[in-house]
Amino acid sequence: MSQPQPRTASSVADCRADFPILEQCISGAPLVYLDSAASAQQPAAVIDAVARYQREDHANVHRGVHTLSHRATEAYEGARDKLRDFINAASRREIVFTSGTTESINLVAQSYCRPRIGAGDKILITHLEHHANIVPWQILCEQTGAELLVAPIDDAGQVELDALLAMMTDDVFILAISHVSNALGTISPIADIIATAKERGIPVLVDGAQGVPHLAIDVRALDCDFYAFSGHKMFGPTGTGVLYGRESLLDAMPPYQGGGDMILEVSFEATVYNELPYKFEAGTPNISGCVGLGAAVDYLQSVGMQRIADYEHELHDYMVAELKAIDGIRLIGQATEKASVQSFLLDDIHSHDLGTILDHQGVAIRTGHHCAMPVMQHFGISGTARASLALYNNEDDVNRLTEAVLKAKQVFA
Amino acid sequence: MTESPASTEELQDLYRELILDHARSPRRFGRLENATHTADGINPLCGDKLKLYLQVDADRRIQDLSFEGSGCAISVASASLLTDTVVGLPVDEAEAFFDVITRRLTEGRVTDVEGIDIDKLKALDGVREFPARVKCATLAWHALHSALNRQSQPATTE
Ligand SMILES: Cc1ncc(COP(=O)(O)O)c(C=O)c1O
Repeated sequence: MSQPQPRTASSVADCRADFPILEQCISGAPLVYLDSAASAQQPAAVIDAVARYQREDHANVHRGVHTLSHRATEAYEGARDKLRDFINAASRREIVFTSGTTESINLVAQSYCRPRIGAGDKILITHLEHHANIVPWQILCEQTGAELLVAPIDDAGQVELDALLAMMTDDVFILAISHVSNALGTISPIADIIATAKERGIPVLVDGAQGVPHLAIDVRALDCDFYAFSGHKMFGPTGTGVLYGRESLLDAMPPYQGGGDMILEVSFEATVYNELPYKFEAGTPNISGCVGLGAAVDYLQSVGMQRIADYEHELHDYMVAELKAIDGIRLIGQATEKASVQSFLLDDIHSHDLGTILDHQGVAIRTGHHCAMPVMQHFGISGTARASLALYNNEDDVNRLTEAVLKAKQVFA
Repeated sequence: MTESPASTEELQDLYRELILDHARSPRRFGRLENATHTADGINPLCGDKLKLYLQVDADRRIQDLSFEGSGCAISVASASLLTDTVVGLPVDEAEAFFDVITRRLTEGRVTDVEGIDIDKLKALDGVREFPARVKCATLAWHALHSALNRQSQPATTE
């Protein structure tokens, strides 16, 4: 595959041209896509990689001696190597392909925790979590009698660190915490939190669904035990994702699902499970999706994660300043450290009405509870309007957002 | 600038004066003591949630009704208009309204049924241009239908 060309420093803004979907009008106005936290758009490089794979290389992986099967396996395993590099995992054996963050977290709950946990054990999460990092633990608690503990957040939308640290006691079996909140954009200081957890012998799962699109991730520097993320939030295809797991932990875990590909030998008396990471990849995987995810990694690395983070940071500050200047705006989530996500309310207009009015001007935002109902409950609201920025957004988009919000004020005047 | 006048018209058609008025000051809002029928309406997509209280007398007439809950302007206005519409009506007639309104909004089918005067409810017609919002407008009506049929599950728009 041809390697993407490295970009120059000034060119993050030029990335927009790489995303064909953005070249369209909605309701007669050029699309402004501000919902990347829900699902990010794909650059042509990803779309083309998937199409090329489907046209030229597709077959099942790991099982045929024929040429296409070999090519498909190379493409799929090549994507694994790219993802290993992307998050700086020590070994490709630590990269388990899943259908997304949700499956990654469920895998840890059921395979790592369930066999080892019982009544009296505690699972620690925070009030900031997405439902995907709440419900799997509730299910586990029901199954095992373990108890779910929830660390509180403050009114800026940040985890209360002192409280969290105080809750990290001996009976905590695992800490599951999001790197970046999808509803509020809060970046939690997970490196420090993980360091304390290590001292106390508590394993840590990081829900990185919103981390990978915005921040350079180094799982070895973080020293986390599990890091879960989704392909579609990082400009890759839906139905793809990764569970990074520390090799020693993955090794000791039983399979999550049974089937083909995850075994070495099957007889009716006994089955020998395959080695890592295949033990956790039962059945034919999402091969083309993973190929696309690999292409998304190439794309992000060609732009540079640090450069993306810097660009988004600046644009986010601009967006927040512009929104703040609007009379009647209430910003929800004002953490000191934030990714480029801003939730807000306008006057007493329901977020759903705001969403419709903005959409009607070509501006796509997310409205509602963002699969984080406890966060909404903390603020005593049923939902918010949320604008999330990605590398393809620019100041014009922010201006269109504020114009559209002003229009909503007019409609409801 | 980027926006065509037509789009503004559609928005104004959706958020008509009457809709905004009912959304801001919903009629019969609150809990009804002595309710004989209740139903919850939930729109999982946007988190609209309302509860409908009905007092149906021995002659199967809706003596009184009310609703409470939270939602967008469309769902609250629609619930408020609903209470205005069916208060005092026999249950069968209220059901006929359910039928006419849900068809009108979801299928765009405009049927005249004798004895059914939907004049005021035409204020909801604007949602037909906004497919994502039709469910908001029909939520209260589904709750009414389910209350009258004593379904124990909350009505949803799914
Ligand atoms: C913080 C966070 N965790 C988990 C998820 C679930 O991801 P997926 O639906 O891709 O499994 C999301 C996606 O919305 C998210 O934002």
